[in-house]
Amino acid sequence: MASDKKIALEVRNVNKSFRLPTEQASGIKQAFINRVRGVKGYTEQHVLKNISFKVEEGDFFGIVGRNGSGKSTLLKLISQIYVPDSGKIIVNGKLVPFIELGVGFNPELTGRENIYLNGALLGFSHEEVSAMYDEIVEFAELEEFMDQKLKNYSSGMQVRLAFSIAIKAEGSILVLDEVLAVGDEAFQRKCFQYFAHLKREKKTVILVTHSMDSVQQFCNKAILVDKKHKLEIGDPVDIAKIYRELNNNQTEKIVSEDNKSDYAEITATSKKTDKGIKFEISLKAMKEISDPVITFLINRDNGEIVYRWTSDEKIPHKIDLKTISNLVIEIENIFPNGIFDVQVGIKSRDRSKEYAIFNKATSFEIVNKGTYPSDIYWKPQEKFEYK
Amino acid sequence: MVKSGLLDKKNRVLLYELVKTDFKLRYQGSFLGVLWSVLKPLLLFAVMYMVFVKFLKFTDGTSQYPLVLLLGISLWSFFTEATSVGMGSIVGRGDILRKINFPKYIIILSAMMSSLISLVINLIVVIIFASVTMHTTHANFTNLIFIVPLNIIQLFFLAFGLALFLSTLYVKFRDIGHIWEVVLQILFYSMPIIYPLALVAKIHIFGMEAQKIIMLNPVAQTIQDVRHNLISPTTVPTTWSTVNNIWLAAIPILLTVLIVIVGAVYFSRNSKKFAEIM
Repeated sequence: MASDKKIALEVRNVNKSFRLPTEQASGIKQAFINRVRGVKGYTEQHVLKNISFKVEEGDFFGIVGRNGSGKSTLLKLISQIYVPDSGKIIVNGKLVPFIELGVGFNPELTGRENIYLNGALLGFSHEEVSAMYDEIVEFAELEEFMDQKLKNYSSGMQVRLAFSIAIKAEGSILVLDEVLAVGDEAFQRKCFQYFAHLKREKKTVILVTHSMDSVQQFCNKAILVDKKHKLEIGDPVDIAKIYRELNNNQTEKIVSEDNKSDYAEITATSKKTDKGIKFEISLKAMKEISDPVITFLINRDNGEIVYRWTSDEKIPHKIDLKTISNLVIEIENIFPNGIFDVQVGIKSRDRSKEYAIFNKATSFEIVNKGTYPSDIYWKPQEKFEYK
Repeated sequence: MVKSGLLDKKNRVLLYELVKTDFKLRYQGSFLGVLWSVLKPLLLFAVMYMVFVKFLKFTDGTSQYPLVLLLGISLWSFFTEATSVGMGSIVGRGDILRKINFPKYIIILSAMMSSLISLVINLIVVIIFASVTMHTTHANFTNLIFIVPLNIIQLFFLAFGLALFLSTLYVKFRDIGHIWEVVLQILFYSMPIIYPLALVAKIHIFGMEAQKIIMLNPVAQTIQDVRHNLISPTTVPTTWSTVNNIWLAAIPILLTVLIVIVGAVYFSRNSKKFAEIM
């Protein structure tokens, strides 16, 4: 696709690897010992392999990837904090990076002094900072506090100030890590509104994010960075789809380590299917269990129980030693986004006895899928088999 | 990215902001504030004067010696502070280096600037002290006083070159911190700071040779030059007056240039990787 738009940033065949020290000590002694022993003292880790992409002027460019995929490394390479091992990074214009908010902020300085210091670190002259000063303060809503020392700010206020500098800094390319869009709800909304504004204004923005909503909402182009996966460049909607698949595959088989009790051993998996989520649980009886019920709970990571099921009369009155009970439960996926733990328990029918409770029989993560039921009492469609 | 020259406007602004912050924070919460910059060397001077001049009688017998001693201590304090603080500055500012790209030598310069400001304050104190006690110390101000800034520039660059070199090493090997402390101690006693150079000449074996070797040290050379040019051109021996050979006298200056070049090259080769290895 030919385009007459100017290239703002070009990353060409960039490779980056790191040397991870295997010994903790950083000293002459250790360096000497390593040399004598012929040990390298580090292992090489190849983080980015042959990365190439272009960002045109006016692009709202998304970078997505899982934790540890090399996203931050790429960001630091773009911001010229790291140097690539090979390849080239060409930046046209003034790139303003925000890897972290409030770099160089000093608690003993006033808000005003911190803005000037931060501005100088980002490469702005005194006049340039003065020109954007009012807007920064206004956006942060901190007019009355500018002559107070930063240490007297609440942490929310500090973050607001830092983020306002990030957003109002007049560079031609803005590099933002979206995790940084913090503060209270109102401020967050304001930030997202400003993202939309930047998009309308055709500002060149590079946004690193975990949120597929943001990517689809703001970005017109995106890349997915992943170690095993080839680098994907393209439409944000496609990228978001690939990213979700990547995440879902990953959570397919997490089996809890704590899978044994006196009465039973458990193996459990959760799997995404077309209809929803399928849980396969197999319980091996280590003792004879009389009058059992099997309970099945899904907990949100905040501890809230979102789903509850019990076998009641659907299973036999006695489980013999060494028999294996297989349960298959399939639930329609109408879960909200988040991480969920599955708790499986074996109890007596009158609930007087708990034979075994497996708190994290398995876990799964829902990423951008389904709608949260507006009703508190919601009942997903379920299917159950017992063998 | 826009190419930036050495100390262009943006870098000057950054340097200014960093120095301002440093200076502001330095005496944060202290009652006497900036006054400490003046008080510290004066107190140190008082101790040294009592111990070395009054008790141990380390004096060259001239009436200017108290001034010479005070000046020497001020200059030495600058050298120690500038190199030590400069050495640790890169590691100390690691949090910023890992987040923003900017010319790294600015950090070292800014760290050294505070020491330089202290030195300037100290020099003013010395000059005032000399003027006030003129009747007993007989300071001899001549036109040579205009060369003093050049001597101080040499001392500054010497410290800068060393700081560039040491700070790079310090990123990799923290041992350098301890090593440099010891080296500074050795340097301190190897130079006529708290004792007059004439004392060395009195040693029977190789006294004269030792005197010459001592004065080839660029730190000794600059300190003696400042003393000579500022206070007493007639009584303070310099490298030139000691070695009396133009080739030998050039050695400390060449050493200074060499140290600056080696420091700058070593630093610029490694500074790109600072963010990664710290």
